Amino acid sequence: MAAPVLRLGCPGTRWALAWVGSGFHHRRGASIGSTSNPTREQSAVTQKPLHTAQKPRKGEHKWEAVVGLEIHAQISSNSKLFSGSQVCFSAPPNSLVSFFDASLPGTLPVLNRRCVEAAVMTGLALNCHINKKSLFDRKHYFYADLPAGYQITQQRLPIAVNGSLVYSVWGGKKRNQMVSRTVRIKQIQLEQDSGKSLHDDLRAQTLIDLNRAEGQLRVDANVSVHHPGEPLGIRTEVKNLNSIRFLAKAIDFEIQRQINELETGGEILNETRSFDCQLGCTVPMRDKEGKQDYRFMPEPNLPPLVLYDSTSLPAGADSQQVINIDQIRDTLPELPSVTRERLVQQYGLLPEHSFTLLNEVGLLEFFQNVIKETRAEPKKVANWVLNTFLGYLKQQNLAVSESPVSPSALAELLNLLDSKAISSSAAKQVFQELWSAEGKTAAQVVSEQKLELMQDLEALDRLCLSTMEGHPQVVMDVKKGNSRAINKLIGLVRKATLSRADPALIKDILEKRLRS
Amino acid sequence: MGSKINELRGQKVSAALKQGQITPTELCRKCLSLIQKTKFLNAYITVSEEVALKQAEESEKRYKKGQSLGDLDGIPIAVKDNFSTSGIETTCASNMLKGYVPPYNATVVQKLLDQGALLMGKTNLDEFAMGSGSTDGVFGPVKNPWSYSKQYREKKQQNPHGESEDSNWLITGGSSGGSAAAVSTFTCFAALGSDTGGSTRNPAAHCGLVGFKPSYGLVSRHGLIPLVNSMDVPGILTRYVDDTAIVLDILAGHDPRDSTTVQEPVKSFILPTLTDVSKLCIGIPKEYLVPELSSEVRSLWSKAADLFESEGAKVIEVSLPHTCYSIICYHVLCTSEVASNMARFDGLEYGHRCDINVSTEAMYAATRREGFNDVVRGRILSGNFFLLKENYENYFIKAQKVRRLIANDFVNVFNSGVDVLLTPTTLREAVPYLEFIKEDNRTRSAQDDIFTQAVNMAGLPAVSIPVSLSSEGLPIGLQFIGRAFCDQQLLTVAKWFEKQVQFPVIQLPQLLDDCSLSLENEKLASTSLKQ
Repeated sequence: MAAPVLRLGCPGTRWALAWVGSGFHHRRGASIGSTSNPTREQSAVTQKPLHTAQKPRKGEHKWEAVVGLEIHAQISSNSKLFSGSQVCFSAPPNSLVSFFDASLPGTLPVLNRRCVEAAVMTGLALNCHINKKSLFDRKHYFYADLPAGYQITQQRLPIAVNGSLVYSVWGGKKRNQMVSRTVRIKQIQLEQDSGKSLHDDLRAQTLIDLNRAEGQLRVDANVSVHHPGEPLGIRTEVKNLNSIRFLAKAIDFEIQRQINELETGGEILNETRSFDCQLGCTVPMRDKEGKQDYRFMPEPNLPPLVLYDSTSLPAGADSQQVINIDQIRDTLPELPSVTRERLVQQYGLLPEHSFTLLNEVGLLEFFQNVIKETRAEPKKVANWVLNTFLGYLKQQNLAVSESPVSPSALAELLNLLDSKAISSSAAKQVFQELWSAEGKTAAQVVSEQKLELMQDLEALDRLCLSTMEGHPQVVMDVKKGNSRAINKLIGLVRKATLSRADPALIKDILEKRLRS
Repeated sequence: MGSKINELRGQKVSAALKQGQITPTELCRKCLSLIQKTKFLNAYITVSEEVALKQAEESEKRYKKGQSLGDLDGIPIAVKDNFSTSGIETTCASNMLKGYVPPYNATVVQKLLDQGALLMGKTNLDEFAMGSGSTDGVFGPVKNPWSYSKQYREKKQQNPHGESEDSNWLITGGSSGGSAAAVSTFTCFAALGSDTGGSTRNPAAHCGLVGFKPSYGLVSRHGLIPLVNSMDVPGILTRYVDDTAIVLDILAGHDPRDSTTVQEPVKSFILPTLTDVSKLCIGIPKEYLVPELSSEVRSLWSKAADLFESEGAKVIEVSLPHTCYSIICYHVLCTSEVASNMARFDGLEYGHRCDINVSTEAMYAATRREGFNDVVRGRILSGNFFLLKENYENYFIKAQKVRRLIANDFVNVFNSGVDVLLTPTTLREAVPYLEFIKEDNRTRSAQDDIFTQAVNMAGLPAVSIPVSLSSEGLPIGLQFIGRAFCDQQLLTVAKWFEKQVQFPVIQLPQLLDDCSLSLENEKLASTSLKQ
């Protein structure tokens, strides 16, 4: 219990224009994945599926979907929100449970400073207004994994409100342009996590784990559809979505289901649904019959949470006892949007490349380390990192940190390429070799496999000449004006050089000879 | 010539222990034997004899080495059975917690043990401290020791009513009646009560004791099984004000486990002896003069005011205009928090669990029906009603606003220059059990908390001081209310008052005949009280 959770609400975000017809189809924009920001709760907001507007065909009835997300993201902290128990991934069940976590009578919550700081930082990163005073409330319901019978949360006056996050998606007619979108953040609240129930249907038992420290993200999606210009439709809530992929699927399904329902004269019930990830559909949740009244009440055991900024900080305040918003702002790392902007400005990268670099943990750092050690153009480096390097990683399902090729090794390879010591096809070959034969340098591979480009112009000239003599028909074709025929000759010469010659150079020589 | 245990102050016993006139083990055995003799009063739910004797042994070793831990080393104490005690069953006098053994000590318990105090046992109460009689616990009612006192019996014989002696015993008041009876019968020198609406002061008044409710936030609630978190405070019951101050001195201060305790370091609570009250201003709230107040209490209250005036204090009538809304407001806030606090008793983690297992919901329902008495269930029901979305604004929010007005009443009075308020603690002296149970718990609580609960809503310190015996030979107490966190000032005034009124010691000849201690009266008298 009391694993610290940040709850983010993005209400009423109109982000979907769906249309009806035989070809009705939701297309998702580029999935903008997690950013370089290490805390989980932040990636939660950015990783949203996006239903982008499509032009309805003439005569079709337009539907607009409205989606609001309630995102539960665990704070990366060493101990729980209200108790001193540790938070540790995959600890044995119920091994990290304090007396408070087990709700023993007489125990009281004590707020964890680190969690407050994380919440403030998240609020700042999401352009929220930070409330200098926020309150804690009890939310009551009976459930086996909620031992106190209530959950401590921030219903009335949360720590941060009214934020926004700008993100980009593929847009435009051909879906090949990056388009900026904004999602509004209603509030960020600190909330005690409930426990975990494991249902053993075979023995009709429920097992409870009060550790509640599974590093997790949980999203509840509120979905409704309506015709543009008309009042909002009745919403349903799809609960407990625990991956971005399922979140997207569930929302897609739910929008489609609601439209179908309404199109066939049915009605939408204000209900709680769950997502069946095997069947890919949402189903009503049985145990939530009727509306719950959570009987919210102020938490009397926690005084109001008061935050300060540099102007309101009382003189002589003990820095261990107060939290200064401005001080947290100063420690805020560069935000992903700023990093992406910088990549585009500084290196001339494409915006989409800047996204990919930030989406993969460690990839940006890898890229920057390569840049430091190579003369190659940043754009070229980005191509190598995003196509070749990332391709190899994906193929073998490895993280950047698990890569057998170090940034230095790739930098060396790119230097050889840049100085035209090897051809780009040879470079690919070297890369493959570096990947499989760990420890070798690019130069070693090049010399072992004799992959250097031929620098001897006379020898190359001789090769060109003998190739022309060997293929008079092709030479004739070129001379007749078939400009493509020269590529065949280039290919033949390259083959003769064991791919060690620069094709551009071969082309120059051949053209000179053919003209003469 | 032997000295009687009932003539000993905690302070003097402490001195006697230091001088080796008595050993902690001897003292412990005396108290255990008294507990045995007074068993019929039902003051204790659990007697922790072995623990106490072991603690006494440890204490004795320290005294022999001259390494006493302080004034409380070797002093027998009792703790209300709603404070968690590690390894000792803690029941709240409820079926729900029968057999529940906490794995930790409440902060206040730990602090007392750290000072070498001997824990004699856990005292009886109304179930989950919900009541004002100590009559509604699952272990049965607590009998007021004064029912068996020489003072009461003599008066009784003068006005015989014909009731049989057995059925005519009096209630202790509550809900900390067990703690009051325990101190009153000399089975311990101090006891912890809890005070949410008067639960320490009320039984103190009925049992002729000092009953102290500290400022909210001065003493940790960690480990106190809550009734109303925003009003609960650990209370102290002793026979003398100085003893209360000694205990408060140990208990007061910030507890990292209770975020509502004050951060600022607290000063010593050991009391100076006041000789001059001429600089004092005593306020008499006119709204506390209610028709239900017995004429005896009323005249005593008036005499007390006169006493202050005659000694040079300024005594003025003051107004707390929102007093009449206090009880109903208390009722809404109390039941709402009760509904919330009782939600954790679901039969899963600890405590009682029913045999029904058809579904989790059915198990919850049956467990809670079997575990809680009518009073607790009634309050849960009311509280949940007040917290419903449709009622929250009209009840809970309104009650909170009224609570603020009540608190402001006190602030205004104190800002006008009043140092302490003087009020009755109860409407009248203790009534016989048979009469008490003619009304239901809710009615009784509403009547009996009338002078006490407003203080809890305002978070102020208050103390009930025994003043004199009624015409029936029963104790009557008066209450002093102080400014928030001016607990020491309040107790200093109370100590002066205590000295003036010379409340008589309870005489329980049948019980205490053979309880004399081998102490020389002369020696005791010459013992310095200054620590």
